[in-house]
Amino acid sequence: MKTLKELEEIRQRTLEAINLRKDRNGIRVVVGMATCGIAAGARNVLTGLIDQIRDRRIQHITVAQTGCIGVCRYEPMVEVYYPGEEKVTYVNMTPEKVERVVTEHLVNGSPVTEYTIGAAEKIH
Amino acid sequence: MQDLSLFLLDLVQNSIRAGAGLVKIDIHENEKRDWLSIDIADDGRGMDDKTIKMVMDPFYTTRTTRKVGLGIPLFVAAVERCQGNVTIESTAGRGTKLKSGFLLRHVDRPPFGRLDSTVTTLIMCNPGIDFVYCHKTDSGIFTLDTREIREIMGEIPLEHPDVIGWIETYIRDGLKEIDGGVS
Repeated sequence: MKTLKELEEIRQRTLEAINLRKDRNGIRVVVGMATCGIAAGARNVLTGLIDQIRDRRIQHITVAQTGCIGVCRYEPMVEVYYPGEEKVTYVNMTPEKVERVVTEHLVNGSPVTEYTIGAAEKIH
Repeated sequence: MQDLSLFLLDLVQNSIRAGAGLVKIDIHENEKRDWLSIDIADDGRGMDDKTIKMVMDPFYTTRTTRKVGLGIPLFVAAVERCQGNVTIESTAGRGTKLKSGFLLRHVDRPPFGRLDSTVTTLIMCNPGIDFVYCHKTDSGIFTLDTREIREIMGEIPLEHPDVIGWIETYIRDGLKEIDGGVS
């Protein structure tokens, strides 16, 4: 059983690392979390994203949620914002697809074009 | 929605959109009485009586990106399938309380699903909101209060990966201890 005391240890451990990150200009990742997104599996997509970021110790990334983006048929959707760049919208996401987006886009900086809304709209 | 944890995640979005600073989630599994209650209370902007009636209507929503709002109607339908009911009390400017109760062992009762994942997701995505999650079973009570955690963590945000990881395991272990959210 975990105890609150362990939090104190985590605090000590992360204190220094946090200070380094204060004036970051980081990447923002947003997951659609309205009824449409949740019913389509957005929570697992978000959990997968958080696990990946934690396991790989990736810094400078903020994960947030948003409401309905307006194209419910494409949920779960994930938007990636690089500072100063146009956002990239990923559609019909799964935890497996998230893995590739984390590696190729969030770590290596090149969007996974085939998962984007642009690619999806070409097919339909 | 596949399970109750997803309903919960969806219902709390209403509190978030209402600008809540504190959201209380109470789940009570009463095996002896064969009754399950799920209550959500927030200190958001609240609603007047007219609006409360409208939120039960699938064609009412305050959002502008689509014309239907299915969150509450879907939940009400699921609860009514299990011989239960949902009530919403609200005071404009003070907050809203959603109460639901239904048969715990009803054949149509959705499974609990991943309550740990839902609560963790809510905390992760809403740094400005405090959550109190209380889960009661016949064998005990588990409580998580983010205000307590914030006090210990000081300047470290709760959405830090290590803290979020700890919270998720803490909930999972806590629920296991009281046999909560199993079926």
